[in-house]
Amino acid sequence: MVLWPMEASADKEARNGITQEAWRSDELASSSMNRLRFVAKPPMDLKVCIIRVGGTNCDRETKRALEDLGVKAEVLHLTRLLREGNLLEYQGLVIPGGFSYGDYIRAGAILGKQIAAKLGRELSTFIDDGRPVLGICNGFQVLIEAGFLPGLRDSEAIQQAALTTNSSARYECRWVHLLHENRGKCLFTSIIPYRRVLRIPIGHAEGRFVLLREKEKEYLDRLIENDQIVFRYCMPDGVAAMGKYPFNPNGSIYDIAGVCNPSGNVLGLMPHPERAYFGWQLPDWTRFGKPPAYGDGRLIFESFVNCLRRF
Amino acid sequence: MVFRVTVFVNLKEGYSDPEGEATEKSLRDLGYDGIHDVRVGKIYRMVLEAPSRKEAEAIMDQVCRRFLANPVKDDYRFVLEEEWKAP
Repeated sequence: MVLWPMEASADKEARNGITQEAWRSDELASSSMNRLRFVAKPPMDLKVCIIRVGGTNCDRETKRALEDLGVKAEVLHLTRLLREGNLLEYQGLVIPGGFSYGDYIRAGAILGKQIAAKLGRELSTFIDDGRPVLGICNGFQVLIEAGFLPGLRDSEAIQQAALTTNSSARYECRWVHLLHENRGKCLFTSIIPYRRVLRIPIGHAEGRFVLLREKEKEYLDRLIENDQIVFRYCMPDGVAAMGKYPFNPNGSIYDIAGVCNPSGNVLGLMPHPERAYFGWQLPDWTRFGKPPAYGDGRLIFESFVNCLRRF
Repeated sequence: MVFRVTVFVNLKEGYSDPEGEATEKSLRDLGYDGIHDVRVGKIYRMVLEAPSRKEAEAIMDQVCRRFLANPVKDDYRFVLEEEWKAP
């Protein structure tokens, strides 16, 4: 088991001849070195589950980001979670990006339906509890296919939204600017000021957010009214992209990049915050000589971890 | 009864189809100027066992709405062909 801060502490322990077991034992718990560390970053019993299936990517980056914030993150294959695990043991859940099951049928469709069928009841309890669920990129597509997002009340429609092929008909992979539009409902952006611009990369071919055509206006108004729109694509100066390419990379309606459910504890977003967590992941840090400690993606994970403490 | 089923899934009219547009452009590049409104879709083939044609249709309708098509953006259509069995 690796303890934080990951490499640095492992190296130090190796040099001092202290094994991992010894570090956990009682004699060492009172040593000044450990006390210092304990004060600086208290280890928590918080556990986050990261679901993995064939075709998932960035699960390790997500784990690394959460571990940097002192949370225990476990990458679990869905089959293993169903067989041996219990979702309710975790305080948070992440469905990472990638191309689950090869994006067959539609992006996220197979995993989405699998989750709805096999994990649906547990996940509904998890969400009704108010625990946070984050869907990144393919995870967003999965949450939409499984029916957890946007989660508007409407008995007639099986599904209310879809993420379909980018207007450019290309795989769009680059850094974009995001406008934080949430007025305070979403748990994942609690520490981000309203209308702050974030820089986070995207990488997707199916990210055009569309709503049921017949009810497009009604649904969009409800999303705005319910404060469910979290991120919109924008220009570098913070003005919404208004559908203009390349600022809006996929042609999403209302420049939507991320939405949450009506209670604010389920967030799906197309950009990858785990690819903008550390400063050295930023594309232009070499211009400034030294990378900053962290990128904008950290703000989302920090808000996520902050709300975990409640459960 | 055994049915051979073919399901067609297409983007609904009104939704822009970037794949279709790219295909159309490519066709023009190849010199086929008379082709317009290209729409790209998927075809699924499967074998279904059901007590009657009516039930088979109901099952397929559900399968399409729940899984093979996303009712938000896709239209679907299916054809059932009864498999001939030796008496």
